[in-house]
This record gives sequence, structure tokens and C-alpha cells, in this order.
Amino acid sequence: MLEIKDLFVSIGAKMVLRNVNLRIGSGETHVLFGPNGTGKTTLLNAIAGIPRYIVESGNIIFKGEDITQMTMDERARLGIGMAFQRPPALRGLKLKDLIKIINPNADTVSILNKMDFQQFGDREVNRGFSGGEVKRSEMVQLLAQQPGFVMLDEPDSGVDLENIKLIGEAINQLTQKNIRPKQRTKSGIIITHFGHILEYTKTDRAHVMLDGSIVCSGNPSEILDQIKKSGYEGCVACLCPT
Amino acid sequence: MPVSNIEERAKKAREKKAVYGIDLNLDSYESEAKSYGIIDEAEDLPEDVKKAALDVGVKLDNQTSGAYVQMDQTPVHTKSLFEGVEVLDTRTALKRYDNLQDYMWKLVAPDADKYVADVAQSLPAGYFVRAKKGMKTVFPVKSCLYLGSTNLNQRVHNIIIAEEGSELHIITGCTTPAHVQRGLHIGVSEFFIKKGAHVSFTMIHSWGKDVDVRPRTGIIIEEGGSLSNNYICLKPVKTLQMFPTATLAGVGAVASFNTVIYSSTGNIDFGSNIILAAPETSAESISRVVSVGGEVIARGRMTGKVPGARAHLECVGLLLSEKGRIYSIPELDGQSKDLDMSHEAAVGRISEEELEYLMARGLTQEQATSVIVRGFLDVEIKGLPEELKQQIKNITQREDLKGA
Repeated sequence: MLEIKDLFVSIGAKMVLRNVNLRIGSGETHVLFGPNGTGKTTLLNAIAGIPRYIVESGNIIFKGEDITQMTMDERARLGIGMAFQRPPALRGLKLKDLIKIINPNADTVSILNKMDFQQFGDREVNRGFSGGEVKRSEMVQLLAQQPGFVMLDEPDSGVDLENIKLIGEAINQLTQKNIRPKQRTKSGIIITHFGHILEYTKTDRAHVMLDGSIVCSGNPSEILDQIKKSGYEGCVACLCPT
Repeated sequence: MPVSNIEERAKKAREKKAVYGIDLNLDSYESEAKSYGIIDEAEDLPEDVKKAALDVGVKLDNQTSGAYVQMDQTPVHTKSLFEGVEVLDTRTALKRYDNLQDYMWKLVAPDADKYVADVAQSLPAGYFVRAKKGMKTVFPVKSCLYLGSTNLNQRVHNIIIAEEGSELHIITGCTTPAHVQRGLHIGVSEFFIKKGAHVSFTMIHSWGKDVDVRPRTGIIIEEGGSLSNNYICLKPVKTLQMFPTATLAGVGAVASFNTVIYSSTGNIDFGSNIILAAPETSAESISRVVSVGGEVIARGRMTGKVPGARAHLECVGLLLSEKGRIYSIPELDGQSKDLDMSHEAAVGRISEEELEYLMARGLTQEQATSVIVRGFLDVEIKGLPEELKQQIKNITQREDLKGA
């Protein structure tokens, strides 16, 4: 589904990602761990195609097509979706109107109901939303967009226990966890710091990023346990010694 | 004011330039307008007038409390459709009510500048709208001022009186058809909002790109009265200059000005001048300007004269092109202790972050820009009935803004 080859990405004058290699197969959901400022969000933003994130070298291949030079909207229309960590508020645009703009055929009522977000349909997108409401707003939009590959940047930060379950269910729908693994065609990648969301959705593989490179990959629960026990670097030293 | 006195003062001000705006040579416009016959039924109005009226939000349907249509200088259609609201053309009203002379030129001085003086020296056209004491209707009075002849100087003098405890809504659409190459519209309006009366006044302009416009407005609001004044101009105009003055004269009077402008060419110099002259008065003025060209000067002046007055001024502009200019001039004049006055002014471009957010959902850059611009122009207007709000929304969300 998605393949990142030898990717170097800079922002301004600073090289943030260095030689990232990643392969996410069809039907797989991966999780990305790493300390703050290590480049996790940069990787997702580079895949999404945000222009400030300059690909210095390497390639991003999606569904067999090199999308490295494509614009953001072209990538989105090919099936890449993203839940932003800190999305902007949009003045004068109601959430229910945005849903229809994203997908004119979307069933707005059932999507809003699913996220227990009915009363937010008439609110301006993300304006005055709490941290947890912003995350639900992101999931609502993704449920309308129905991407083939979904990127979730800290979907669990600032979310209370009741709503984290709803978000987990939305991720399961987006990544087809309700059907057998072999029948799944949709994929995803999740960034999480504390792994709370992993209690509600199953992931297939985990990666640890340090200083802009993926330095360790393996079983998600094993890696999370090791990070909790001995920190990111300790985890890498233990599970992926060089 | 005696008529002779008005004429004398106006005569002396014939060459008096306006304080703001580009100076115009009044002699370069035609003073004589052809006259039209009276049209009793709205449905018998010429098709092009009906269409132009619709484009500026004036639909003369059964949800109308009164109607006024002026073609060039002729009031062709005047009707009161609700017992609580009286609509006449100004000339007829002057004949019917002797005491109307006490209102005329009370809030706009006949020698304020040469444009006002020009109206003061001519036979008045325009509308007289009076909401009777205690009478309320959510249906608006709808008026259309149609400038249909090239090079004409269209002069209008409107008198609006909301008697004690009344509720009055007015929509005025001012427009020119495409074939009018050049013209001038001078509109004098005087608003008397009496004790406890609530008025909303929504003006929608759709002029030609070679039309000059000089509205001149004075407003007085008595104790407990309120005004919601909304101005929308989304079509090109050559020059437009207005600076309506509202005096909050009675305890607890409230004024709110909302302005939405989309500029593509020409020179627009607009603003509001609000004087808070009584205790517990409050005023708000919010403007949103989108420019893809032309010059816009966004003024706003609030003067707090007594303790306890509250005022907020907000001018926000989106500049989308190298060819445009937005010059924002907010002014706060505090003349007493215990005032609460603030302003916020910003001129900028579309936020990249917002653009990217929408593009990540699959919108092209053009679509995303259009969505953001429409949202920006969608000012939340307080104090209007739902139907009117929707009508204003429809105008600001129109398809012709797609290419923003």
C-alpha cells in the first residue's frame, strides 16, 4: 500500500528526516513511537504532501505510484487521509457543511451519531472545541472521506476514557478491523505517546523513530512494554541492538 | 428647519468637498431623469428591474410588510402591506405630514458636503418608512433603488421613523443593470429610532464598475432602542464613500454595524461613526473585507462620552492579490471615565494552515480558498429574524464568489 524509500525531508534549513524506510502492506495498521521532536509528525506531513516539508531525496510510493511530487489534494483524492494533531479552526464553516464538501454522498447524521457529535454539526469546524472534541471532529471528517490509507497523529491525546473508545471504534472502521485480516484492503499508521489508543484498536507492527530515522521495528505490544520499562533508547538497545 | 434656510445652506456648500473619498465633479452627470409611470402591482414591474431587485435580495413576495421601488428619479411602486408599517415616497409624505419638516435634515446637515447639498437642492425622491407605535413585524419593508440610465445623478432622501416600542426591518437593494456605463447615486438617509424601538436595516449594493456612490446617513437611537445595520457590497463599484453617523442618545441604546465587502476594482472608503452619548449604551462594529483588487479604506470611529459606555470595533481584511490594498483605520475616542472600548484590526492573507487542512481532505487549492473566503464573509449578524439571516447568507454564499 505505502512504501517510503530512503526518504530525507527538510523544513526550512533543517534536515528532519534522515533515510527513512517504511513499508505498510495492504490491510495493515502500524504504530509509530518516538520522543517529542524526533520527526514522527514530519513523516506524516511529508506523506500528506504539505509543501513546507521538502523531500530532499527518496521516494514515497502509494498503491504502486510514485506520489513524491504530487500536490496534497491529489494525494488525498488518491486515498490518503490524515487526522491532524492540532488542526486549525475554520471560521464560518459548519462541520456538517464540511462533511458534505468532503463527500457529497456521506451520511452526515450517522457519521455524527457514531462519534456522539450530533450537537457539533452546526458548529464552526474546530472553533472553541476542547482537545478531545477536536480529535472527534478529525474522525468525523475521515469517516466522510473514507481514505484507503489513514494517518492518525496522536488521536488519543487529550481525549477522555469514554471518547477514546469511540475514537478506537472509528479507527477500527477506517482500517477494517471488523473484517478478517486477509480481506482487509485499508491501511493506516498511528502516532501515539502513551499507547492508550492501542487498547481499543489492534495494530500489526510498530516502529521507533529516533533523530529522524526509524531505528527499530517489531511487535507493537512488545515494543510498547519495552519503552515503558526502559525508555525509547533503552527499547532500541534491547530489541534492536546494532 | 425652514425650507429657505435649507436651500441657502445647501447653496453655499455646492463646492464643499467631502472629508473622505475621491472628489467627484457633479456637473459631469445628468441631472434630468426621464420619468416613469406608476406601477401598482409588484408583478407588473419591468422584468429587468425585478431580476435586478432579486439579485440584491429584494423579493417582493407575501413576506413583505411594505415595498418601495424607485427607477432613476421616479418612485414607481410604493405600498404598505402591514397595518403597522407606513411606506410612502418622501415627496408624498412631506405633503401628508406637516411635521415631517421637523425630521428632514435633522440628522444629516444639508451643507455637510456638496453631495448632500446637491440632494437638498433637488426635488426629493426616496422613501418614508414609519413603524407605528408598538407595532411589530418580522417581515421586512423591501425597497429597490434602480439606477437605469447611463450618466444619471440619482438623488435619494429616505426618512425612517420607528415609533416607540416598534419593531421594523428594512432591506434596501441598490443596483444598476449591466448596460449602465456610468452613473452617480447619492442617498441621504435619516433614521429616528425612538424609545424601545428595534430596527434592522440591511443594505445590499450591486453597482456597475463605473458607478460612483455617496450614501449619507444619520441615525439617532433613543432610550432602550436598537439598530442592527448590515451592509453588503460584493460587486465592483468605481468609487464608494460612506461614513454613517449613529448617536446613541438614550439610556441603554444599542447599535451594531456589520459590513461585508468584496473588492475587485475601484475605491471603497467606508466605515461607521458611532457616538455613545448616554449611560449603558453599547456599540459594535464588525467589518470583513476581501480584496482581490482595488483600494478599500476601512474606517471605524467610536466616541464614548459618558461613563459605562461599551464599544467594540473590529476590522478584518483578507488581501488575496498584489493588486489590492486594504487600509484599516480604527479610532477610539474616550471622553469619560469608566468606559470599555476596544478594537481589533487585522489585514492578512489566507492562512496556509487552513488551506492545507482542507486540501488534505481532497479540496483543490481553488476550492479550499473559496471555502475559506466564504467562511470569512459569513458574519454572524445578531438581532435579525432567521429568514433575513438566511437571505443575507444566500447572498454572501453565492456562486459568483467561487472564483475568489
